[in-house]
Amino acid sequence: MPIDLTQYDPGRFYDETLAGKNRARGYSKELLKLFRKMDEDELSARQAAADLAIEEMGITFTVYTEAEGTIDRNWPFDIIPRIIPKSEWDMIEAGLKQRVKALNLFINDLYHEQKIIKDGVFPEEVLAESKNFRPQCVGVKPPHGIWAHICGSDLVRDADGTVYVLEDNLRVPSGVSYMLENRLVTKRVFPELFETYAPLPVDDYPTQLHDMLTSISPRKVKRPQVVVLTPGIYNSAYFEHAYLAHQMGAELVEGRDLFVDIDDCVYMRTVAGPQRVDVIYRRIDDDFMDPEVFREESTLGVRGLMRAWKAGNVGMANAPGAGVADDKVVYAFVPEIIRYYLDEEPGIPNVPTYRCMYKEERDYALANLDKLVIKPANESGGYGMLIGPNSTKAEREKFANLIRRNPRNYIAQPTLGISTVPTVVGKTLEPRHVDLRPFILSGRQSTVTTGGLTRVALRKGSLVVNSSQGGGSKDTWIVPEAGK
Amino acid sequence: MLSRVAEAIYWAGRYIERAENTARLVRVNSHLVLDTPAGISPGWEPLISITGLGPQFNSCCQEATERNVVRFLIGDLNNPSSILSSLKAARENCRTIREVLPRSGWEKLNELHLFAKDNIQTGLTKKGRDEYLDGIISGSQQLIGLLGSIMYRDEAFYFLRIGRNIERADMTTRILDVRSSDLLPDADNLFESRSLESVQWISILKSLSAYSIYRRKIEVRVRRVPVLEFLLHDTEFPRAFAHCILAVEESVGPLPNSGLALKSLRRLEGKLGRRKVENLRNAELHTFLDELQLGIVRFHSVLEKQYFLPVAA
Repeated sequence: MPIDLTQYDPGRFYDETLAGKNRARGYSKELLKLFRKMDEDELSARQAAADLAIEEMGITFTVYTEAEGTIDRNWPFDIIPRIIPKSEWDMIEAGLKQRVKALNLFINDLYHEQKIIKDGVFPEEVLAESKNFRPQCVGVKPPHGIWAHICGSDLVRDADGTVYVLEDNLRVPSGVSYMLENRLVTKRVFPELFETYAPLPVDDYPTQLHDMLTSISPRKVKRPQVVVLTPGIYNSAYFEHAYLAHQMGAELVEGRDLFVDIDDCVYMRTVAGPQRVDVIYRRIDDDFMDPEVFREESTLGVRGLMRAWKAGNVGMANAPGAGVADDKVVYAFVPEIIRYYLDEEPGIPNVPTYRCMYKEERDYALANLDKLVIKPANESGGYGMLIGPNSTKAEREKFANLIRRNPRNYIAQPTLGISTVPTVVGKTLEPRHVDLRPFILSGRQSTVTTGGLTRVALRKGSLVVNSSQGGGSKDTWIVPEAGK
Repeated sequence: MLSRVAEAIYWAGRYIERAENTARLVRVNSHLVLDTPAGISPGWEPLISITGLGPQFNSCCQEATERNVVRFLIGDLNNPSSILSSLKAARENCRTIREVLPRSGWEKLNELHLFAKDNIQTGLTKKGRDEYLDGIISGSQQLIGLLGSIMYRDEAFYFLRIGRNIERADMTTRILDVRSSDLLPDADNLFESRSLESVQWISILKSLSAYSIYRRKIEVRVRRVPVLEFLLHDTEFPRAFAHCILAVEESVGPLPNSGLALKSLRRLEGKLGRRKVENLRNAELHTFLDELQLGIVRFHSVLEKQYFLPVAA
C-alpha cells in the first residue's frame, strides 16, 4: 500500500511540508510525489536502514543513568528531511548574522565602557543580577572584539508562519556534529531526492570552524596549535567533542593535559615534552574552566587559564564571560540591543516577551499565568519553567510568588504553536513538532551553517525536542528554487 | 602525542595481553592437572602465585580449589587482573582515545569484551572452559593482528607494542619462576617423577605456545636447562623474554627523548646476558627471575616519568 497522506493532519499548527491534507507546498511537491509512489513497507525499511547506518557509524550521545552508569545511546534520527527554500533561508541567515554581531558588540561594551547602560537602553540592575557576568573579564580585549565565536540560536515557527528566535546559546552550544552526520545518513537513504533537490552542502563547517579558530590565534604562525577542551567521556556531548577535533585535525584534550607555565602561556603535555597551545575551543563552562579564578574545586579545568587568556597568550572560544548575553532577561532586550548598536531593525523577531521586572509587563504576566510560559533567567534545558496551559492552580500560585519575590529573574512568553514536519511513525507519516538550531561562527568574518540542526519531538503532541527527553533530529535542506 | 593518550594506549596493550596470558595459564593448568596423578598433582594454587594475586585471592576465598581459582582468574571483577577485569580496563582505556585507534580495532575489542562477559557462565563450567579460553586467546590474537596490519607506525602503535611486550616478558618470568620451584629437587632419581618433570616442563612450553617450536628448533626431549635457555634467551621466539625486550627496545627507539628508557632496557639486557642458566639452581633461578622482574618494574617507572601524565597533574 502506498503512503496515505489524506489523513495527515497538523491541526492548528503550521506544517513545513504540507499546506493542508495531502497538499504540497511549492517546494515540497517532489517530496510528496515520492511518498505517493512509495510503499508503506518501503518507508519503514528505509527508516530501519538509517537506524542501522547510525549504529554502524557509531553516532551516539551519552546518557547517565543510575542503574547502568554512563551509556552511549544511538542518536535518534528521522529520515524525512525538513526543507527550507533558499530565499527564506537567506533572510534568516542575514538576521542571524545581524543578531550575533549586535550581541558581540553588546558583550564587549559590558566589559568596557558600558555605554548602553549609560545611555539608558539596558538597565544596570539587570547586569547587577546577572549570574554570567564575569567581573574578571572587565577590560579584556579579545581579538576582533569577538566574545561569542560560536553561537547556536534556536528558531521556531509559529502557527501563522512567522519565524522567531527562541533563545541564543552563547556558552557551549552543541549539536553541530549531528547536523553533519544527519546529512551523511540521508544521502544513503534518499539518494534519488538529492538529484531532484540538490540541497546546499553542509560539510564545510569543520573547515570554517578551524579557520575561525586560527583567526584568533595570538601567534601568527602558519599552523597554530588548536585544541578542543572537553570535560571528558562522561559528558553528554563527548561524541561531538571527539568528532569535531577529529574533523579539524585538532588535538582533543582534557584539563589535565594542559598547564600554564610561569610565562603565562598554555602548554599541553605530550610525549615529546610541553607543546605550546595557541587556541582553545573549550567545551567546559566558565565555572569549571580555571580553579584559580572560578570554582576552586573544579578538576576539569586548567589552573591559570584566565591568566594566559588575559595576557593575550591564548585564544579562547567562546571567550570567558560571553555567557552574560545567554540569559533570558537579556534576550528580551535583544531587539533594543540591535537597534542601539547597529541602528537597524531586527531581521528575525523575538518571541513576544514580558519582562517581569517592569510593573506593567509583570501585571500582565501575573494576570495571564494560565496562558503563558514562565521562564527563569539562567536555566537551560527546560528546567524551572511553568507551562501555563498545562499547569495546576497550586503551581501557578507558586510561580506568582516566585515572580513577586524576584521579578528580575523571570520572563513570560505566550505558548507558541511551533510548526510540524512529517515524521515516520511505524509505516506511515505523522506531524511532529520541530525547532531549528543554526550555528553562527564569528571571527575575522562571520559565517552561518547552511540550515542547522532540526530537532524533532518524537512523542505525539510533545513540544520538547531535547534528546534527553525523547527528542530526535532530522536533516535540514536549504534548497534553491526553480527559476530563481 | 598527548601523554594521557600514550599512557592509555600503553595500558590497553598490557591489559589485552594480560587477558590472553591469564587464559593461557588456566587452559594449560587444566590439562596439566589431568595429566598428573592425584597425589602429586600441583593443583591450582600455583596459578595464584604466578599472577602474584595472593592477598586478593585470600580475601575472597579460603581454599585454592579448582572452582575458586578459575572463577577468581576468569570472571571475578574484584580481581583487577581477571580476564573480565582486564578486558574491561582495556576497553575503558581505549574509550578515551577512540580517535587514535582504528575503528575496526575498537569494534573488535568491544566484541571481545562482550564475548567474555556474555559467555562467562559457560566459561566457568568444566565442559565449557576450554572453548571459552580459546575464544579469549583467539580474540586477543585477532585484535593484535588486526592492529598490526592497519595501524600507522607512529607513537600510538609504539606504545601499544611496548605495553604488550612488557606484559608478556613479565608473564614469562612469572611462569618460569613458579613452575620451576614446584619441581621436586630430587626428581631425577625416579623414572616416574622424571617423566612427570618432563610433563611439567612441557606444560610451561605449552602455556607459552612454545612446545612445537621448541621441539623443532632445540630438541625433542624436554629438559630443564634448554627450556630455560630457550624461554629466556631466544631472540626469535615472540614470547621469549629476550625477544620481548628487543621488541620493546625497537618501539622505544623512535620515541622522542628515549635515552633514559633505552638505558634502562640495556641494563636489563646486560643482566640477562651475563647469567648462564645451566649454573643456576632453583633458589638462584628464583633470585635471578626476581631481578628480571625488578628490571621490568624499573623500566616502567622510567617510561612513566618520561612520557606519561604526572600523577598529581
